[in-house]
Amino acid sequence: MSRALKRQLRAIGLWVATFVLMVIMCVPGLWVVLSAFRPNREILAKPPIWIPENPTLNNFAKIFGIGDAQVAIPVLSYFWNSMVIAMTSTIIALFIGMAGGYAFARFRFRFKNSIFLGLMLFRAVPGIALSLPVFILWSRMGLIDTQMGLIIVYVSLNVPFTIWLIDGFFRQIPISLSEAAQVDGCTRWQAFWKIEFPLARSGIAAAGVFAFLTSWNEFALASQLTRSTDSKTLPVGLMDFTAQFTIDWAGMCAMAVIIIVPALILTFLVQKHLIAGLTFGGVKG
Amino acid sequence: MSAISLSKVVKAYGKLEVVHGIDLQIAHNEFVVLVGPSGCGKSTTLRMIAGLEDITDGDIRIGDRLVNDLPPRKRNISMVFQNYALYPHMNVRDNLGFGLKIAGQPPRVIEERVMEAAEILGISELLERIPAELSGGQRQRVAMGRAIVRHPEAFLFDEPLSNLDAKLRVQMRTEIKKLHHKVKTTVVYVTHDQVEAMTLADRIVIMKDGYIEQVGTPMDVFNHPVNTFVAGFIGSPPMNLIPARIAGDAVVLSDDVAVPVPDRLKAHVSDGMAVTAGIRPDDMTPVGHGIHDTDQMAAVELTVELAELLGTETLIYSHLAGHEVQGKMFDPRDVAEGETLEFRIALDKLHLFDAQTGRSVRAG
Repeated sequence: MSRALKRQLRAIGLWVATFVLMVIMCVPGLWVVLSAFRPNREILAKPPIWIPENPTLNNFAKIFGIGDAQVAIPVLSYFWNSMVIAMTSTIIALFIGMAGGYAFARFRFRFKNSIFLGLMLFRAVPGIALSLPVFILWSRMGLIDTQMGLIIVYVSLNVPFTIWLIDGFFRQIPISLSEAAQVDGCTRWQAFWKIEFPLARSGIAAAGVFAFLTSWNEFALASQLTRSTDSKTLPVGLMDFTAQFTIDWAGMCAMAVIIIVPALILTFLVQKHLIAGLTFGGVKG
Repeated sequence: MSAISLSKVVKAYGKLEVVHGIDLQIAHNEFVVLVGPSGCGKSTTLRMIAGLEDITDGDIRIGDRLVNDLPPRKRNISMVFQNYALYPHMNVRDNLGFGLKIAGQPPRVIEERVMEAAEILGISELLERIPAELSGGQRQRVAMGRAIVRHPEAFLFDEPLSNLDAKLRVQMRTEIKKLHHKVKTTVVYVTHDQVEAMTLADRIVIMKDGYIEQVGTPMDVFNHPVNTFVAGFIGSPPMNLIPARIAGDAVVLSDDVAVPVPDRLKAHVSDGMAVTAGIRPDDMTPVGHGIHDTDQMAAVELTVELAELLGTETLIYSHLAGHEVQGKMFDPRDVAEGETLEFRIALDKLHLFDAQTGRSVRAG
C-alpha cells in the first residue's frame, strides 16, 4: 500500500471516528430540542419518530400558561432566579478570581504554594459531597430557599477555577508591561486596568463563561437548597414536570431548550475570546 | 549637582545582599553604561533608580529630589526594557502617547510630541501598526520613542539590544548614540556586552558581585584597568593575564621567559613581588605585523596552536610561560599551526597587578 493511500485512509478513519463521536454527543441534545416542538404522543411513539410530524409550540405555551393550557409552571420565576444567581455568582467569582489570580501570578507571599494547592484540592471535592454540611449550615443561617444561599455556594465552587485560569493568563503577560506602564506614569492600579486587564481579557472571559455555565446548569446542590419560586432555578424546575405516575416529557424538553438557549447565546457572544482564551498558552509560547 | 546620584545604595533580598553600598554620581546629559557579568547587580541598580525595586539602604537622588520612596511614576524617568515591553493591544501611536495621556496632556500636545518622536526615530509610517506587526528593530525604535516623548530627566536602558541579531545590534547601537546627541538627556544604560559599553559610554561603570570595580571613560578603563577583573572584562579578546614574579628589573613569567619591568612601573614594584602580568593581544604581535611605534619592546617566541583569520587581523592562540595566550597579527599572512613566530610585546602597554589583591600596582 502506498504511503499516500495510507495517509488518506488514516484521514478518512479519523473523520469517521470524529463523526461517530460527534453523533454520540449531539444526538441526545438534538433529541431534546426536537422533542420540545412535538406532542408527548410523538415522543413516546414506537418505533421512534425522529423528525416532528406535527411541529408545535404548544409545549412552550403550556409551560408559560398561555392560551387554554392547564399546566402553569413558574418558568419566569425560575428563569429570573437562575439568571440572578448565575450572573451574581459569576461576577463575584470573576472579581475574586481576578484579584486572586493576579496575586498568585505577581506577588510573592508566605504559604503561596500551599494556599494555591489548597484551592486546587478544594476544586477536586465534588460539590454533592458538601451538600449535607452545607444544608445544615444554611438551614441554621436561614439561607435555605434563598438566592443568596445558592450564590454563596456557587461562588465558592467557582472561585478556585477562576483563580487557577486567570492566574495562568496573568503569568503569560510579561511583568515588564506593568513596569513600563508604571514608569510611564501609571499607578499599579492603573497599570492593571489599562494594560494587564485588557491583555488577560480572553482568559477572564473564558473563566466567566465557565463559571456562568457551572452555576446555570448546576442541579444537585440547587435541588437540596431550594424549595419555592423564591429561589428554585431552571434545572431544579425541570423536576416540576415529574408527577407520581407520569412525566411530561414534552414540557420538560421545552424547558430544557429554555435552559440551553441563554448558555448558547452567551457562548456564541464570547466565542472569539473563548477560543483565544483556551488556546492562549499554546500560541504564545 | 548631579543628574542622578547614588549614595551607599544597598539592595538585599531577605538576608541575601546583592548590591553592597555603591556610590555613583552621574552628570547631566552624561551617557553612563553599567556593565558587568550576569548577577553583578547592574540591572538591579538600574531598577532601583527607576523605582521598580525598593532600596534597602542608602539614598538615590534624581536632580535635586530624594527619590528613595517615590514610585516610578513620580521620578520623571523613562525606561527601555530588554523585551521592549510595548503594549501589545495598542498601536504604535497609542504606545508612544500612553505616558502623555496618563499625565493628562491635551490631545494636541500628545499628537505633536508623538509626531516629533516618530520623526526623530524614523517610525512615522508605522504609527498605525500594532507591535506584533513590527520587526525587532522597529519595536526597539518604538520603545525608544516611548521613552523620549515624555521629555524625562533621564533615560534608563536595560539591555535594550540583547534581543536583536548581531547586525541590527550594531545598527541600533549607532542610533542610540545619535539619539543621545539629538535629545541630550542623561542616560543610564545597562549591558553585559563590553563592546556596547565601550562604544556608547561617556563613562563606564564596571560592576562585579554587587560592587563597583571601576568608573571611568572607556579609554581610561581600557588603558588603566584598576584590577585583573576589569582587565579581563574590558577588551575583546580579553587581556592575557599571566602569573609572574619581579626579579630585579625583570618580570619573570617562567624560568625561561622574562621581560623588563617598564620604566613607568619601576617605582611601583619591589624585588621578589608576586604579580600578574597583563598583556592585551593587540600589544603582543609577530615581528613585522605590529601596530606599535615604540622602542620599548620585549621579544618572545611563540608556537602557533590555532590561527583565526578575522580579515584585517589574525588572532593567534599559543602558550606563554605555560598559560594560554592570544596575540594579534595585523596585516596578516597565512600562518600554519605549529609554526614558531617571534613576537614583540609593547612594554609601554604592559600591565602589572599585585598577585595578592589583584589590583594594579599603579593603583597601589
